[in-house]
Amino acid sequence: MRRMWFVIVALMLLASPAAHAVQPDEIMSDPVKEARARELSRELRCMVCQNQSIDDSDAPLARDLRLLVRERIAAGDSNSQVLDFLVARYGEFVLLKPRFERQTLLLWLLAPLLLAGGGLALWLQIRRRARSGADLPAPPLTPEEEARLAGLMSDDAKSQ
Amino acid sequence: MIAESGHYALVLALGLALIQSVVPLIGARLHDTALMNVARSTALAQLLFVGASFMALVMLHVSSDFSVANVYENSHSMKPLLYKITGVWGNHEGSMLLWVSILALFGGLVAAFGNNLPLSLRAHVLSVQGWIASAFYLFILMTSNPFLRITSPPLEGRDLNPVLQDIGLAVHPPMLYLGYVGFSISFSFAIAALMEGRIDAAWARWVRPWTLVAWIFLTLGIAMGSYWAYYELGWGGWWFWDPVENASLMPWLAGTALLHSALVMEKRNALKVWTILLSILTFSLSLLGTFLVRSGVITSVHAFATDPTRGVFILLILCLFIGGSLALFAGRATSLKQGGLFAPISREGALVLNNLLLTVACAVVLFGTLYPLAMEMLADFKMSVGAPFYNLTFAPLFALLLFAVPFGPMLAWKRGDLLGVTQRLLAAGVASLVAIAIAWAWARGGSALAPLAIGLGVFVIAGAVTDIVERTGLVRLPFATVLNRARGLPRSAWGTTLAHAGLGVALIGIVCETTWNSEYIATMKQSDVAHVAGYDVKLDRLFQRQGPNYREMIAEFNVSRDGETLSMMTPSKRSFTTRGSSTTEAALLTRGASQLYVSLGDATAEGAIAVRIYYKPMVLLIWWGPVLMAFGGVLSLSDRRLRVGAPKPARAKQRLQPAE
Repeated sequence: MRRMWFVIVALMLLASPAAHAVQPDEIMSDPVKEARARELSRELRCMVCQNQSIDDSDAPLARDLRLLVRERIAAGDSNSQVLDFLVARYGEFVLLKPRFERQTLLLWLLAPLLLAGGGLALWLQIRRRARSGADLPAPPLTPEEEARLAGLMSDDAKSQ
Repeated sequence: MIAESGHYALVLALGLALIQSVVPLIGARLHDTALMNVARSTALAQLLFVGASFMALVMLHVSSDFSVANVYENSHSMKPLLYKITGVWGNHEGSMLLWVSILALFGGLVAAFGNNLPLSLRAHVLSVQGWIASAFYLFILMTSNPFLRITSPPLEGRDLNPVLQDIGLAVHPPMLYLGYVGFSISFSFAIAALMEGRIDAAWARWVRPWTLVAWIFLTLGIAMGSYWAYYELGWGGWWFWDPVENASLMPWLAGTALLHSALVMEKRNALKVWTILLSILTFSLSLLGTFLVRSGVITSVHAFATDPTRGVFILLILCLFIGGSLALFAGRATSLKQGGLFAPISREGALVLNNLLLTVACAVVLFGTLYPLAMEMLADFKMSVGAPFYNLTFAPLFALLLFAVPFGPMLAWKRGDLLGVTQRLLAAGVASLVAIAIAWAWARGGSALAPLAIGLGVFVIAGAVTDIVERTGLVRLPFATVLNRARGLPRSAWGTTLAHAGLGVALIGIVCETTWNSEYIATMKQSDVAHVAGYDVKLDRLFQRQGPNYREMIAEFNVSRDGETLSMMTPSKRSFTTRGSSTTEAALLTRGASQLYVSLGDATAEGAIAVRIYYKPMVLLIWWGPVLMAFGGVLSLSDRRLRVGAPKPARAKQRLQPAE
């Protein structure tokens, strides 16, 4: 059920048979530059797909973006310049790794904050418990349980 | 007639669920045994009626009755029988019917095998199940009725989406739902405990096997979905951090935490409140997953199922159950007595750390999934969260967790000796260092972290094995004694070892695949040869073939290594005429745990074809790991202490047996 949805959508979108991600004719002749292009492609979102990077996507838009990335690299842009260029054009929606800024502060800081908070809460509880001393007494049995226990004891007695 | 009977059976099931939600509760208040026992009969009758309703839909699909809208939209008379049946849940309405059927199945199991539960607990549990069932029956009947007729029936159906005509996807949803819905049992137990204000170790012993069953299915379901994506989508990716995948990963993370905290509660009577909360959260995340998948809320320019009435209805169910249960928890949790003190360095302490890391990891996934939605709605800021984000946040948390895994089971309850355990894990540590050194020397390129991650995987596996080695006395005792001891070990100990080792196995697979996979992308003509990772892949011929409801183009590749022919690989591309869409069928050649992967792109006019060939080292370990984990779960479940509905020894008929 999971992946099918975007595939359905992708297939519906593409009237022509689905093409694949990175096509042979897109590949750059310089392997170092091509590697950079692939690396960048993995961080860029295909905007008409559901959470796919342009490196994975079949959509025509992803192909356009892949070619654009390679164009920029061929023009001598650094990795961050390529990303800046794409963000200026398509907004931050295009980045699969959100930038660290005001709007994404909570997202990035969540894990460390939760870890620290959880750790602190645990430490406080351990200290409090250590002060309060020994084990708490077990809760008393309910009348129903008393009755079952009595039955159990007499059963044991009989069998011995 | 069949459609109307199915519809009617569903309405009757709703009626039964409504009775089941109210009457047993009144019985529990009045201490009326007869009223409380209503829960049992209604749960079983409900199972019967939903089962009938589901069977009716299956029959409609098998007989290709195109007067029913659901069949018309998702079936075709020429479709193979297997996919006629699995097509039942390959669509929204049918999959919701499967959801409630599985819910009724679990309710029925509690009713049938819950004879040794305290009567009022059983009444409460089944009653909560009744609430969930009622809500979802109403949802189906009011917004997603699978039995609607078409006034002028068409002659032929529109066929099931071709991507779903695959055995992997046929089995994947039921597995996943068995997991999702299985967590409803621990949820119901938690709510029942809160309502009764009583919870003890017996409660945990009752909840654990149900949680384990759900967890096993969810583990297998996720793994299967991932393997399906790997071979079907044509570029060898196996995990995408897609919201729909995250929706299944979150209950898995919370459920794994729940399994471990229930263990502490059963053995040491501690962490009660936390276990209750986790039970609630786990099922809430399952509901959230259902909501995310079924409502179309997930950020996407063209979300599927864009009918807002459905989304709003599920959102209401979600708010009602999550809000209600958390409110009940807030009100009643303080009345639950805490027990079982323990030092920070102890088995309990290790399990608390496990829970902390798993919950934070789960929160990261939850935030990553919902944050873009929230930002778009609240701040009108469109953003994406994808794999690179999770690699930076989720991965370190899991690395930390994995490092702690071997220590946990070796620490003693109450107060452990960390130094002693470290010494006992020395051999595992050495094995890990050797693995790092080998990986370092062997690796050509790739991240410097990769050998370290391999070492971590080896440490987890070796650590898990160390525990068994120590407990059986292997190496230091005579073999016969070892064998005896091994036989005497509780199966749950073997289960723990296998499940933990599975984590290490999966990690090694993930690291090898992502770091050292080789790729070849080119347009190939007949008798062209591709060289990938030492293999020579030669395109022998290209031809067309007619399948039952598709045409396919097949490429035959001859694979050889050092001049010796190994095998023939035949990837294909299928075009389905009815829907005018196509699928790729990748060809896989398995060598040990590694695979050669060939898939086809578009053909050019000159008889050439775009080909993608990958060599993926150790890739199968990614799925062997979860299978090992699930197998460990099954072993643990077969442990006498935990067996669901275990036959009781004759003498113990009247004995207090809360947990089986």
